[in-house]
Amino acid sequence: MATMTIESRQYVHPEVLASTEWVAANLQNPSVRVIESNEDTLLYPSGHVPGAVHVDWTVDLNDQVRRDYIGRQGFEALMSRIGVTPDTTVVIYGDKNNWWACYAFWVFQLFGHTNARVMDGGRLKWQKENRPLTRDVPSYPAATYKAPERQDAPHRAFRDEVMAHLKAGGQLVDVRSPEEYTGARLHMPDYPNEGALRGGHIPGAKGVPWARAINPDDGTFKTAAELKQIYLEEHKLDPTKDVIAYCRIGERSSHTWFALKYLLGFPKVRNYDGSWTEWGNLVGVPIEK
Amino acid sequence: MQIPKPLAEILETLESLPDPADRVQMLISFADQFRDVPPEVATRPFPVEHQVPQCESEAYAWAVLQADGTLTLHFAVESPVGISAKALATILDQGLSGQTPEIIAQVSPDVVYRIFRQNISMGKGIGLMGMVQAVQALAKRAMTR
Repeated sequence: MATMTIESRQYVHPEVLASTEWVAANLQNPSVRVIESNEDTLLYPSGHVPGAVHVDWTVDLNDQVRRDYIGRQGFEALMSRIGVTPDTTVVIYGDKNNWWACYAFWVFQLFGHTNARVMDGGRLKWQKENRPLTRDVPSYPAATYKAPERQDAPHRAFRDEVMAHLKAGGQLVDVRSPEEYTGARLHMPDYPNEGALRGGHIPGAKGVPWARAINPDDGTFKTAAELKQIYLEEHKLDPTKDVIAYCRIGERSSHTWFALKYLLGFPKVRNYDGSWTEWGNLVGVPIEK
Repeated sequence: MQIPKPLAEILETLESLPDPADRVQMLISFADQFRDVPPEVATRPFPVEHQVPQCESEAYAWAVLQADGTLTLHFAVESPVGISAKALATILDQGLSGQTPEIIAQVSPDVVYRIFRQNISMGKGIGLMGMVQAVQALAKRAMTR
């Protein structure tokens, strides 16, 4: 079945998605910067969208000492390195159904770079369409980028805020696997550094694995009607109220954050990046199994 | 764990590269050398019993017993983004084909961490270790023949 156009899928904010066709037509556009962000660090050097730059979530987006994200200066340096100004349209894509692309997109929003899109279908769709890949690593003139201080509040939730949200009966979405949600698994196998001492989920959280928002054949997002069926009908989320999404370290939940905020238009969606590696290790917090 | 000499040499070469970028390039060169399972061994659609569990790259593995009692490994990687799976498949083929089932069955899935080191993360490690485990299982099955 042919993929429905982004415009026909009835999203609240379709402008945050770019089709592979649009990206292909804008590869030479100097006001567009294509960014690849993956889990698999071999992918970019093995071939990428011509002209695309690489943003590594561990090296480029995370603080290298504290568990936190880069600050204003780090973001400015990153933007300068990849030749992005505040006026540049960034289009982010990656592997794993744009899991890491959404994560990078989310970090960009902490600095207010709203002129940003995710390439629908990500790397998988680009490759399945036999579009060109290159191993040439582009070099762009260093840009001047004056970023504001990081604004966490609109997009990011900390544990005390999650606790207050919980006590107020607020909506939560746990996007991990069913085994993690039920507490049968304390961490992903062989990744004890991302584990927790206790299993289960934050009380009241709806368990909706992040990849349900995706068409697995081509990595594109499901239509608004299909997303509504999952999040509103099946899991009874109220689209008029605040919601906090979490996973294990905040990466998978940035994908759900993207879908709820932009595709379904929830008014306030925050990503709890402390997620289960924080909550499941905290002393005395409520847990449901 | 006994590591056959060809595989040990590949591991030593990878570990001798201090620059992570050089390691990445070497892994990519292994992926570039990847060759699909030949048609005389298997053709699409591949039987599900040869599919590697938990590997998101849709990898398949075969072990063909040769007249001299050694095994020849073959792989298929169906995902177009399965670059790491292709690199590992080539390394396992070059490092283990020609060995006896008894030797191959002893190779630990932990070699995945020696091969990929910082280039491994999250669920990718599970699938890659699954490829080694699949090879182990094929070797053990060959031992019973």
